[in-house]
Amino acid sequence: MPRHTLSVLVENKSGVLVRVSALFSRRGYNIESLAVGPTENPDLSRMTIVVDVESAPLEQITKQLNKLVEVIKIVELDGASVQRELLLVKVRAPLADRAQVLQTVELFRAKVIDVNTDTVTVESTGTPEKLQALLAVLAPLGIKEMAQSGTVALARGPRSMSGAGTLRSAS
Amino acid sequence: MSTTAPETPTQVAAEATIGVETTEGSVVDPAREHRGITGAQSLVRSLEAVGVDLVFGLPGGAILPLYDPLFDSSVRHVLVRHEQGAGHAATGYAQATGRVGVCMATSGPGATNLVTPLADAYMDSVPIVAITGQVASGFIGTDAFQEADIRGITMPITKHNFLVTDPAEIPQRIAEAFHLASTGRPGPVLVDVPKDVLQATTDFEWPPRIDLPGYKPTTRPHGKQVREAAAVIQAAEQPVLYVGGGVLKAEASDALRELAELTGAPVVTTLMARGAFPDSHAQHLGMPGMHGTVTAVAALQKADLLVALGARFDDRVTGKLESFAPGATIVHADIDPAEIGKNRKADVPIVGDAKETITELVSALTALHEQQGRPDLSGWWAQLDRWRETYPLGYDLPEDGALSPQYVIERLSAIAGPDAVYCAGVGQHQMWAAQFVQYEKPRTWLNSGGLGTMGYAVPAAMGAKAGRPEATVWAIDGDGCFQMTNQELATCAIEGIPIKVAVINNGNLGMVRQWQTLFYEGRYSNTRLHNRGSGGGEIEPIRIPDFVKLGEALGCVGLRCERPEDVDATIAAAMEITDRPVVIDFVVGSDAQVWPMVAAGASNDDILAARDVRPVFTEGPV
Repeated sequence: MPRHTLSVLVENKSGVLVRVSALFSRRGYNIESLAVGPTENPDLSRMTIVVDVESAPLEQITKQLNKLVEVIKIVELDGASVQRELLLVKVRAPLADRAQVLQTVELFRAKVIDVNTDTVTVESTGTPEKLQALLAVLAPLGIKEMAQSGTVALARGPRSMSGAGTLRSAS
Repeated sequence: MSTTAPETPTQVAAEATIGVETTEGSVVDPAREHRGITGAQSLVRSLEAVGVDLVFGLPGGAILPLYDPLFDSSVRHVLVRHEQGAGHAATGYAQATGRVGVCMATSGPGATNLVTPLADAYMDSVPIVAITGQVASGFIGTDAFQEADIRGITMPITKHNFLVTDPAEIPQRIAEAFHLASTGRPGPVLVDVPKDVLQATTDFEWPPRIDLPGYKPTTRPHGKQVREAAAVIQAAEQPVLYVGGGVLKAEASDALRELAELTGAPVVTTLMARGAFPDSHAQHLGMPGMHGTVTAVAALQKADLLVALGARFDDRVTGKLESFAPGATIVHADIDPAEIGKNRKADVPIVGDAKETITELVSALTALHEQQGRPDLSGWWAQLDRWRETYPLGYDLPEDGALSPQYVIERLSAIAGPDAVYCAGVGQHQMWAAQFVQYEKPRTWLNSGGLGTMGYAVPAAMGAKAGRPEATVWAIDGDGCFQMTNQELATCAIEGIPIKVAVINNGNLGMVRQWQTLFYEGRYSNTRLHNRGSGGGEIEPIRIPDFVKLGEALGCVGLRCERPEDVDATIAAAMEITDRPVVIDFVVGSDAQVWPMVAAGASNDDILAARDVRPVFTEGPV
């Protein structure tokens, strides 16, 4: 099924996350990833929601989301957008393997952010595909633990979701 | 308590507080401002200011502070016997009057007892506001006594809900709640107020600022879409106006009549729209759907155009969706954009208020008629009339001489007339009431359509009668439904709300029994409600409960009718009683069935006019 990224501006109020996630669950739509954070306007938060659906149900999701009183605006971010995830991964790195780990980190333009005698913790940002590739290379070395964020995304170009040159709402 | 309408709430409030001085000595406008009052007083002032005349509720610990200023208010409080009754009464009030209904309850179990009526009002888009007490802020999240996260619980069954955290917000939240409930697609809104917020000192100012940046319902239809709809209506040879409850909510009945007569198209009214178009009108084909008329169902199936007005292509109307109205172009007008395309793809979508949309369609079509003349629908009408003649709505009298439920309802309609308000529970009696009462006017038919809430009728009738004391209000209830909420008859008797209840008593959960007859080889698992004597009249029937005695115990007049020849006189006797509620126990046969019927999941093409009677729709011209 095709992957769609929705950028949703919501009022920064308690309970909004529950309303949005519960809407997906009760209408039977799966969320692949969801990231919430502050925006340039302290009254608003931005949710970046990635869903795997055909376009007809996507239209229904967008309309149902728009009915939530605290949802201000929804934009579907297509190919003309930048999308990033953050990955922290703790890899086994005894002295014998350490050089290989560090070389991989270098190749993927990732960063080592914690080191000890047994492991290194690597930070990487990128598209989901890049992070998957990095994980595939690190996996044989032994991944002790990892944490990964949902996708955050912005449209390319000068337009924004609020203010001048506004992006068009979905549906 | 008197049933006369109270004075304008704001007037009363103003008179009661004229010349209030602040601590600084300056006089404030008493209707608009109050300094140094409690959150509870602010909430009562807000209800008065927003125009509330009546609330249904039941107090308890957390909401106790609110009940103190309510004692002195112009707002009438009707003390119910169960919070579910308060919720359905608010719905009945709203459906009968068009105004927002209000119910209140305390925290925990009081609030959770409102869950069913909130879900019911959400499904049927009824504007109600529920106010619930909550445990004090410091106790929230500690599993305190009578604590329930009612905001979390009701998120999926309300249009919106609030937890008020600051007493200064109270006027704004109340104003927003009423605005949300009554505008756009109407629906229930819950306002949860912790006890300490009700007790805290605050200032009241009216009108407050309404701050809902994400809420902008579209009421004005897009001109281009309206013109496109008019063009397809003009071109259609077999159109049907498919009318839903949105037409009643938008007060668009007169506009609909104008559109119907202008186009000459047949009209079907859904379960939620009965009364939106007069049953006596020659263009009315009746109700579509699972228990609709054969003609209404067939018309939708064979139409080349459906004009859906405030309807949502519910599964009870469409039957099997894939085979619903296969040849029809769809014009879908609704105030809720999410309804358009949800179940059936719309060829011409129109988002807007039903009244504005219909009015603009009338203008656009009038212009087209001037240029192109009126389309000729005589061929379509010839076919529709053949179906109407061949498959009229009817029923067979029981072979064993038992009283026929359909006959009772038909006579009730004839005697109480089209000005009465009819209110039903859920099941066979509801379908018969939708089929055999003749509806001529909007807001005369109240029922639980979407959620199918058994027990809706008595409390909803109470709300309708309280809101429209001049109207005769009949609850047509089943014996199963009646046993869920009849305690509100005590409320009616004590509060001076003289409703009339016709219990269609077949001793069974009749609709479930009908399905057991048709689909479970007559294995009647747990549908028999009482042990009727089965010796052909030899054995005295066992009446548990005895609805006549029960009615009398609840402060009503109790009557019983068991023979067809007594039906008219019993109804007439009930009509004479206006100072108390009346309960009539109509003891009817247990084997009457609701026909026509489209079985669940079946195609509308497979409608049965009666058991084993399958209409033929492919006949040639006569």
